[in-house]
This record gives sequence, structure tokens and C-alpha cells, in this order.
Amino acid sequence: MVAGDSAIKLSKLTKRFGDFVAVDNLDLEIAEGEFFSMLGPSGSGKTTVLRMIAGFELPSSGTVQLGADDVTDKAPFDRDVNTVFQDYALFPHMTVLENVAYGLRVRGVGKKEREQQALAALETVQLAHLGSRKPNELSGGQRQRVALARAIVVKPKVLLLDEPLGALDLKLREQMQIELKALQRELGITFIFVTHDQEEALTLSDRVAVFNNGRIEQLGTPEELYDRPVSEFVARFVGTSNVFSADEAKAILGIDSKASVRPEKLRITAATGSAPSDLRIPRAIECTVEESVYLGVAVRIHTKTKAGQRISVLEHDSQQRWQRGESVKVWFEEQDLVRID
Amino acid sequence: MRLSNTARWTLGAISLLVLTFIYVPIAVVVINSFNTSMNMAWPPAGFTLEWWGRAVGSQGLLASLGLSIFVASCATAIALLLGTLISLALSRYKFFGRESVSLLVVLPIALPGIVTGIALNNAFRTIMGVQLSAATVIIAHATFCIVTVYNNVMARMARMNRSLEEASADLGAGLWTTFRLVTFPQLRSALFAGGLLAFGLSFDEIIVTTFTAGSGTQTLPIWILTNMFRPNQAPVVNVVAVAMVIVSVIPIYVAQRMAGAESKR
Repeated sequence: MVAGDSAIKLSKLTKRFGDFVAVDNLDLEIAEGEFFSMLGPSGSGKTTVLRMIAGFELPSSGTVQLGADDVTDKAPFDRDVNTVFQDYALFPHMTVLENVAYGLRVRGVGKKEREQQALAALETVQLAHLGSRKPNELSGGQRQRVALARAIVVKPKVLLLDEPLGALDLKLREQMQIELKALQRELGITFIFVTHDQEEALTLSDRVAVFNNGRIEQLGTPEELYDRPVSEFVARFVGTSNVFSADEAKAILGIDSKASVRPEKLRITAATGSAPSDLRIPRAIECTVEESVYLGVAVRIHTKTKAGQRISVLEHDSQQRWQRGESVKVWFEEQDLVRID
Repeated sequence: MRLSNTARWTLGAISLLVLTFIYVPIAVVVINSFNTSMNMAWPPAGFTLEWWGRAVGSQGLLASLGLSIFVASCATAIALLLGTLISLALSRYKFFGRESVSLLVVLPIALPGIVTGIALNNAFRTIMGVQLSAATVIIAHATFCIVTVYNNVMARMARMNRSLEEASADLGAGLWTTFRLVTFPQLRSALFAGGLLAFGLSFDEIIVTTFTAGSGTQTLPIWILTNMFRPNQAPVVNVVAVAMVIVSVIPIYVAQRMAGAESKR
């Protein structure tokens, strides 16, 4: 567990929609000031968990705790959390400034005071100059920032972000990732970030929960998830992996469980070559090169064992181009082989 | 789709014929309101403003016009309130019997006026023991006026982004504040269009009115019907008809303009 008090505590949280179990008996604690991501494919339950924290969905059973308070039955407007919606949900009939000031307005803050605070919030997202525009006059990235400003102006303890970058193009998304991280550091509040983009989750988060079928498949720091996946699902969903089925692992590697190894942990030499000198406990698999793809920063070499298991190798400083059909040895360090369920 | 010349001309001729059939009688009414001949002889004998003067001076006419406006306004107000509430309930909440309620709300506009008329007449007089009056007419009109508001609001709610209301609640607004500051502004033009249609429906309604109006309650359509066959009032009826055409064209035009502007948004 991360140090510090917990901002959110979910206990035995379950949500059913008819026969479909969207969230299955979930226990989760998120610390104050943490950047926490819920990562998973669509339908894995991550958004439903977020909506239960916000109060838009009531759990079928279980409790939601914010700080020390049980808020399970409280309405969204009685919870000290705010949401940045996937489609931003800006009020189309209000100006940008009115949108941002909305949370203060419904709390009864005077016009002058709330406009000042809204302007300050717009400044933190560098949009103070667009206060008098209507949302439909803004670009996607600008709307995104307005939605952020609108949510942080009321100073929530926890900010919920529902795939906030999903609608932006790649360049803008990368830029917004940096800004989000900086904003979270500056505000010091808990961010709960829902995404299906594993790279985004790894880049931004202190901890990540990988969701599958309404359950958390693995919870850990980005490094833990990447280096020590506990299951085939995590190994495949987070980054790319060479996954060996139990049979293949037994035949090729001589171990008794499924196993996974990251392509960049593998090294490749000619069939007659010896182990790279920096490997402490080298293991080798004999393979044939199927394809070699030049990626600029690296070379990806697709190989195949005699038994037909495909193994992909990512070599960053490769001096040699491998030919199709060439016999090679694929090397790895014993400890980089991860046993999975 | 490409049409042959013959088909184009035939379809054009039929359209022209239909439009002529609809609009020429209306044009005749307009012309006759200025016709010096009292029994509307054709061709018009000459131009006069006498009937327009008589219409403006007629107490019975003005009283029934006032009553019609009053009835239509009240029925529209009731329709706006109840129609909006029903649409909010049906579009935002799932409950047992939702589809049936939806059908029951829309049904009155499809029911023949005479059925509604008889049924309400019975209900008011025999079952409830209420004297027929302007109030009973208002209630009767509201039953079908609700439908236009309901349909308009339902269509708007279906297009409206659900997360706007969630965002409002998320930012701390209670149900009423969310409705006032977020939902209502989104519905405003739909309510205006629905309200205009409701007003128009009530304003020229005659069948249901006949069955639900008390003896002293004479709305404009009923005044027209009773005066149409009185020889010295017939020209004044023409004037009223022209006035009604003008009054009904304006709201329809405005409603269409608004609908167009909305769909372009």
C-alpha cells in the first residue's frame, strides 16, 4: 500500500446490469495525492467503477468511502469529487467563463468572486483569453482544457477523468499527458484516470489497476505491471509480450507454468554464436528468422522455434541485419522470464 | 432520381392542382372580406372596408375572440407544464409501464374529437357533476395539447447529451438547479415550438369544444359556426377567417424557422 491516508476506499463493490456483472466484488484503496489509473479494454468495468465513485451509478452491493465518509448512498452533488467527462459535457448555451464558474455559481459564490476564480482556473490551463467564447467555437484540445478548469475550480479532493484524452489526436494527446501530470503535481489532489491506452497509463500513473471482466487483474506500479505481469492478460495488454503456453514453456524452457518475456529483453546471435557477455545466467532458444522489420529506433525480428512458437525480439543497437530463414539463437536472462497464470 | 419529362410535367400539374384546390378557396375568403355584396356574389361588386369595421365593433365577436385566446393560453400553459414533466420522467427514468404511459399520452391526438368530446362531456356532467364552463373546455383542450409539447420535448431530450445533466450534478447542482440552469435552456426552443402548436390546436378547436363548453361559453370557432348562416353576419365571418389565417400563419412560420435553425446547429 502506498503511504498516506486513503482518499477513496471501495469495499466489496459490485454492479450488475441485469444478468451482466459489470463490476465484481471489488476492493480498492487509493491514496491521497496519488495519480491512479484504471486500465482495461472497453466493457472491463473501469468506467462503471468511476461512475460509482462519482455517484452516477449506485452499486448493487458494497460501499464507496471518500476519506472517512461513507458516500455510497449520496447523490453526485453531495460528493467532494469532480469529473472530467469523455465528451467534456460543456454546457453549450454558456460561455467558457460561465461554464468554468458553474460549480461556484451553484454554491452561491457571488458573480465577481466566481468570475475571478474561474479566470484563475482558466489561466492554469492557458485559456484565460477565450473566456467569452462558446464551447462550439473551441477546438477539441481547448474544450478538454475547459472541462479540466471547470472541474478543478471547485477544488475537489479527487478528480475523476474518464478517458479524457480519447478524442484528441496523437500529438495533442502527448502534450496533454504532460500537462495533466504537471497539473496533478501542482494541485496535489488525487487523480483517478480511466483509459484503455496502456502507454498513457504507464506514462502518467503512480499506480495502475488493470481491469478485466469486472475484476482487477493486477494492481501495481507501472514498473511492476510491465516487468512482472501476473497473468497472460496483463502481459499481452500492457506492452507486447512473448507468451509461452504451459506446454510450450515446458518443451522450450523446461518450466511448469505459462511464462512471458518482453521482446526487448531478448538478444539474438548467430546459431553458432556464444552468449552475450553481459548476461549472468544466459538461456538460449534455437530459432529461425521469419522477418526483420526496421523501426528506426530499433529492429524487430520475428522468429520461430522448431515447434512453431513465435518469438519476437526487439534489438535497439543491432549491428547486424538478419536474413529470412537464417538460423539464430535467441538469448535471455533467466530472471527476465516471468511465470504467469 | 431522374424523371422523364412527361413524368415531371404530370407530377407538376397534379401538385399545382392540389395546391390550387387548397389555397384558392382561402383567397376567395380574403377577397370576399372586402366584397361590397352581402351574399358574397361573384365576381365581387366592389371594394369596401365596412365588414372589417363591423367586425372590430362587434361585442360578441370580440368577447369570443378574448375567450378563445384565454382558453388557448390556459390549455397551452397546462400542456407545457405537464408535457414537460411527463417527457422528463419518460426519457430520464426507467420504470414499469413506461411504454404504455408513453402511448397513453400520445393517444388523445389520434382519437376522433367526437369521441373525446362525448367522453369528457359524460365525465364532467354525469360522473363528476361539474357544470360545463370555460374551465372544462380548458381541461378538454389540454388533453390533446399535451401531446405536441410532449413530442417536441421527447425529441429534444433524446438528442440532448445526457452527461450535461451529470456534469451539472457533479459540480454540485441539485435537481431543480440542474433543470433551471442546464436542462431548461436546452429545451427552450422545443417548448416554444410545442407551445405554439398547442396554442394553434386549441384556438381553432370546435368539436371537443362543442361538447365541453357551457351554454354561455362561446369560443371564436363556435361564434363563427353560429354566425356563418346568419345573412347579415356572413361577411363579418369572412373577416374573422382572414384574421385567423394571418394569426395562424405567423406561429407556424416562426416554428418552422426555429426548427430549421436548430437542425443546422
